[in-house]
Amino acid sequence: MNTHVKPGDPTFRDLASEEFDTRVHLAHAREQALVRKYEDFLIVDVDSHHYETDAFDEIAKYITDPVMRHEALFQGMARGGITSTDGSYQELAGRITRYPNRRKEKVPAEPHRDITLMHRWMDPMGVDIAVMFPTPMLNLAVCPRVELEVALAFAYNRWLCDTVLDKDPRIKSMLYLPFNDPAACLKVVEEFGEHPGCVGFMVTATHYKGVYDNAYAPVYAAMQERNLPLGFHAMFSWGDQSLRLTNRFIGVHALGFAWHNMLQLTNWVTNGMPERFPGLKTVWIESGLAWVPFLMQRLDNEYMMRPSDCPELKKKPSDYMRDMFFTSQPMEMVDNKAALEVTFQMINAETQLLYSSDYPHWDMDLPSTIYDLPFLSETAKRNILGGNAQRLFNLKPVYADWKLQSRGE
Amino acid sequence: MPEIRVCEHGEIADGAVRIVKTGRLEIGVIRQTDKYYAYRNLCPHQGGPACEGLRMPGVRSQIENGIFMGQTFDEGDMHIVCPWHGYEFHLADGTNVCDAKLKLQRFDVVQRDGAVYVVV
Ligand code: FES
Repeated sequence: MNTHVKPGDPTFRDLASEEFDTRVHLAHAREQALVRKYEDFLIVDVDSHHYETDAFDEIAKYITDPVMRHEALFQGMARGGITSTDGSYQELAGRITRYPNRRKEKVPAEPHRDITLMHRWMDPMGVDIAVMFPTPMLNLAVCPRVELEVALAFAYNRWLCDTVLDKDPRIKSMLYLPFNDPAACLKVVEEFGEHPGCVGFMVTATHYKGVYDNAYAPVYAAMQERNLPLGFHAMFSWGDQSLRLTNRFIGVHALGFAWHNMLQLTNWVTNGMPERFPGLKTVWIESGLAWVPFLMQRLDNEYMMRPSDCPELKKKPSDYMRDMFFTSQPMEMVDNKAALEVTFQMINAETQLLYSSDYPHWDMDLPSTIYDLPFLSETAKRNILGGNAQRLFNLKPVYADWKLQSRGE
Repeated sequence: MPEIRVCEHGEIADGAVRIVKTGRLEIGVIRQTDKYYAYRNLCPHQGGPACEGLRMPGVRSQIENGIFMGQTFDEGDMHIVCPWHGYEFHLADGTNVCDAKLKLQRFDVVQRDGAVYVVV
């Protein structure tokens, strides 16, 4: 018999008999959203993902080349097994339960499964608008078949526009640029640049291409003209010559995600790209933040001694970096509040930092990682969680239904 | 101290967990190798449902004279793995395996007359 317990209370759940449901998995996120009154302001998540592998048959049908389409439909697009170079055991061998359970989650026939699954995590977290990216496709950067990268870039972007972006105003994307082919990049910008829901373009940072190459000048100019930002989405490649020395995933991930963005950003600044394309805004995605102060200090120190190396620059490298935008996740939060506060100051977080969850990946961050920081004002929190992204991407606010209902709208 | 009757002994399979909710309090009652453990279903990391994930034995590297010999599972040190990001806690006492300052809140479990109670 229960003692001192109200009728109808307690309730019980047996996990062994439950089917996986993202809304249940994130029930605590919903509680956080209610306690913090997220209904009072817009939350934009600038980096989230879906598993395009689950819809790959649909995407492959968009490949125009019939031979490549046939190959793709036959071969499929899955992450590799334990010997692959692209992830191996990123999922922590089952410890992050949403990875193996994702495919089993039941959804209604309408809307598209990806839209339902997006809403099921956005709503509990209090996210109103999410910028969505693929997952395994980020590894296309290191695919030796450039023509395949181009074909899949167009197929994926067209599929995403038709299936998701056109159907749901809460979901946006910075569409994939096949960076190994500059001419194809320009075609992508021209085809999709005005498409509703396309809020910019994204390069995965593992491309072994110099961002300073003159071949990209028309691409940058076309984006600048349309006021569309260029995002560099961090990634790792276990095939990278130096990262091959890491034998544990923590090594390749911790270094790779920072390293590849450091490399691209260093080239971007030292070649004076911000002076050559002053209206082109850049966003540095999914590298966390700790690397940014390091790179600011390092580049400033060397620039003062070697201005002849970067004559295009009119101010210090860190000044250009302070004009850039950075996404927050995975934010380094363990025992380092003082360092984090300095980092926020150094990058002008109040105007330049963009909240990102990276959901559903293993190192995702909830909005509370920003909202609960003791050194931020309420205005700064709201800017980082949504206002900065709203201004950067020129977003018309669209709120989650539950927020509108709780406000009586 | 109020008690909540969670189940008959045997009603929860070995290795399984039952989440008990009373008011805003959620407790995960875990049966593991025929013992019961109860922890608050709230992770000190980002507030995830710590008890709703896997139990996994701790991983150990075997080093002899500085030479890496391989890895093994330590079945004697079962961990509660939070499903959101993988923070791990010793099942025995709820302390985080990387930083003992982080803890899952523990509740006493009482077995009486074939039933299992958690003390709240
Ligand atoms: S919330 Fe538990 S591991 Fe992050």
